[in-house]
Amino acid sequence: MKTLSTLFKNNVREYGMLIALIAVMVFFQVQTKGVLMKPVNITNLVLQNSYVITMALGMLLIIITGWIDLSVGSVVAVIGALAGVLIVRYDFNWVLVVAISLLLGAAIGAFHGYFVAYLKIPSFIVTLAGMLIFRGLTIALLRGESVGPFPRGFQNISSGFIPDFFQYEGFHVTTILIGVVLSILLIWLDLRTRKNQQKYGFDVTPFYFFVVKNIAITTAVMGLCYLMASYKGIPTVLVLLFVLITFYAFITSSSVIGRRIYAMGGNEKAARLSGVNTPRLLFYTFINMGVLASLAGLIVAARLNSATPNAGDGMELDVIAACFIGGASPSGGVGKVIGALVGAFLIGVLNNGMSIMGVGIDWQKVVKGIVLLLAVLFDVYNKNKSA
Amino acid sequence: MSDVILEMRNITKLFPGVKALDNVSFSVRQGEIHALVGENGAGKSTLMKVLSGVYPYGTYDGEIYFQGKECRFKDITESEKVGLVIIHQELALIPFLSVAENLFLGNERAKNGIIDWNESISKTAELLERVGLHESPNTLITNMGVGKQQLVEIAKALAKEVKLLILDEPTASLNENDSEKLLELLLQFKEHGISSILISHKLSEVNKVADSITILRDGATIETLDCRNDHITEDRIIRGMVGRDMTHRFPPREKNIGEVIFEVRDWNVYHPIHEDRKVSNNVNLSVRKGEVVGLSGLMGSGRTELAMSIFGHAYGTRISGKAYKNGNEVDISTIDKAIEAGIAYATEDRKVYGLVLIQEVKNNITLANLEEISTRQVINEPQEMRVTSEYRDKLNIKCSSIQQLALNLSGGNQQKVVLSKWLFAGPDILILDEPTRGIDVGAKYEIYTIINRLASEGKGIVVISSELPEILGVCDRIYVMREGKIVGEMPASEASQEKVMKYIMTQQEVVEQ
Repeated sequence: MKTLSTLFKNNVREYGMLIALIAVMVFFQVQTKGVLMKPVNITNLVLQNSYVITMALGMLLIIITGWIDLSVGSVVAVIGALAGVLIVRYDFNWVLVVAISLLLGAAIGAFHGYFVAYLKIPSFIVTLAGMLIFRGLTIALLRGESVGPFPRGFQNISSGFIPDFFQYEGFHVTTILIGVVLSILLIWLDLRTRKNQQKYGFDVTPFYFFVVKNIAITTAVMGLCYLMASYKGIPTVLVLLFVLITFYAFITSSSVIGRRIYAMGGNEKAARLSGVNTPRLLFYTFINMGVLASLAGLIVAARLNSATPNAGDGMELDVIAACFIGGASPSGGVGKVIGALVGAFLIGVLNNGMSIMGVGIDWQKVVKGIVLLLAVLFDVYNKNKSA
Repeated sequence: MSDVILEMRNITKLFPGVKALDNVSFSVRQGEIHALVGENGAGKSTLMKVLSGVYPYGTYDGEIYFQGKECRFKDITESEKVGLVIIHQELALIPFLSVAENLFLGNERAKNGIIDWNESISKTAELLERVGLHESPNTLITNMGVGKQQLVEIAKALAKEVKLLILDEPTASLNENDSEKLLELLLQFKEHGISSILISHKLSEVNKVADSITILRDGATIETLDCRNDHITEDRIIRGMVGRDMTHRFPPREKNIGEVIFEVRDWNVYHPIHEDRKVSNNVNLSVRKGEVVGLSGLMGSGRTELAMSIFGHAYGTRISGKAYKNGNEVDISTIDKAIEAGIAYATEDRKVYGLVLIQEVKNNITLANLEEISTRQVINEPQEMRVTSEYRDKLNIKCSSIQQLALNLSGGNQQKVVLSKWLFAGPDILILDEPTRGIDVGAKYEIYTIINRLASEGKGIVVISSELPEILGVCDRIYVMREGKIVGEMPASEASQEKVMKYIMTQQEVVEQ
């Protein structure tokens, strides 16, 4: 049986980040005199971070392959602009536009991926070019001005909430029910994994640790649901995020394609000589990033209720920082969905908390920069110590 | 003139699990050309790295005396300071800098950090004159041929006021003409009192210029021959290089050789960058069921290039020729297809091409055959655990668990992980490139046992090795390669180390009587 200390040592990165996130949340909770954890602000926090998380999932895969995508902020803008022009100026049906946008996102990803994977041009250069190209196209499409507003249905992508099937004044009962179902599901899954591990004779964590861990997770899930239930319930975007996160967590941990992406990032030559079609895999990874960036673009446009020329400006940096804070390695082969998620939330809480405190955008950037540096320093320090 | 410029006494150098040098003593007289010969892995390069401070004082046992003084070099700059300069096989010039910039790199003619270009250029011209190279000091290295680059390296050594020049296979990549020039230069230096150590596989060259020859074998000095008075024949040198006890190093095998399982005909491959250079030249090669075929030759003779080009065109361009499995032509134009056709290639460089070092043992073992442990693209982890545990037990991989990172295993165990990966892919033909490089004797024996077991299961096996005893001890039939061509083929029963070495070394085709 694993002891607690070896468990912590093996997962020091994940636990370290989680502890940092909790510490930062407590800090802002105190500093903002409780505003941070107010139901309306928690809902806001989720909405504000939904696009960063969406893109961090794709960016994580790119970073695991050992590359980078700098263009995602501009892709957000160009997709928003396209949606704005088609829906507002040309009266297209918004559902159709969503489909077109996702396809276009895939095409943009394929464009980057082709240059990186098949023409062997470093992604830094290709996506830097993409960043300029798509920002320029955005401004051209919008003729330099904002386009809006969007129809109600489109807005609901980011500002809608799931319906409540119970009429209870001021409290969203469905949200609580979903929380309960989710908690039970999580406990059941964890229990099943544990049983499986025992069946095959692998090391498992001590039982009391298992209990404590599940109580903590359940508390967090129920707490979050309670907070959101006291406002308007679960935002539609959160449902979307949940699906995406589950999907990518599964891809990275249990699928053949995920395993190959890690192998390619860890040692491209060895992966290729083991029969992995590395250029094609890299190409697909960029297409995936394009689709997720375009999805984020739609969410941003829906949330702002207009397409603006400078939408998504600098967003690539938050996305990339989220991955690196979450423990992904710039040289590839390392990184987890849960890490990127915690990283994205850490950045989100910093943004949100400092905004509430009235810290200017200038100092927000300084703080985020320092946090990124410290997180990576922590990584390097741990690596050297274990080597 | 017997005053000794360099004396190395009782040098012993250990690597984890391997004794690379065992009590080696070696001395060079003032103003002589001393050749150092031995098989790949005999310890020549290691000895020179000890001498030049690449392996600093304290990481080896023994003493080094240079010009009568004991030296304890901490790094290569210290050894260069006393006039000991080594020129490596892979040239260490910066391609996009000029000759003059390269000559004084790290040794700039400068005052207060400002380079004196006039002095640099005129000094460069002078040095180029000394090595007989007629080039402008401003020519970029990248615009020169390898032969000229080699001369620049030597000029660089002269710039450091060299007293003892060490050349590691200086003519390996040179044509006849350039080689000739280089050897002339060494003879000239000798007249000016500069001693040299020449490491070379080309025995004809050694015979031409060397005053003494020291033979290394298995990390020990075998003998030093004096060539000044007696003529030493190449056969005499070869005998010294290979003669060793071969009993009990190879497990016995019951031979059961069947039909031809795999064959390539008229296989031609060109270099991926220098597209006019042929790296495989009309190669015909076959392997039978249950047969272990050896591919012998020097490093750079095109063995790895041939193997990788067969393995899904993983190396080279403009590949032509046909491949047959069980008599039927097979498509092996991508690695996917080659694996599909039942071919596996275990690389000579497991850290660069074989393993994902930062990942777990189990992930490495299943990488080439993830389909086997997954249903509809989803990996069945319990099954993966079970399969990889099986291979760990079968091949006796020593690891704390199959979740240990490949990084933390010893060389022999890493090699077993690479083998496991390919065994799990279920091939019929296995190409093993230097399967025992850098691993200790015990692990070697285990690898040989695995090879035997695979052969007796009816697989066709090709072993590429630079170690002749290994080729002779493990294989049923032996091919010898030189410069991209198969220059010899013989059954192991008729082969001897001398005979194979002759094919490897001789510049002319050997005419069989």
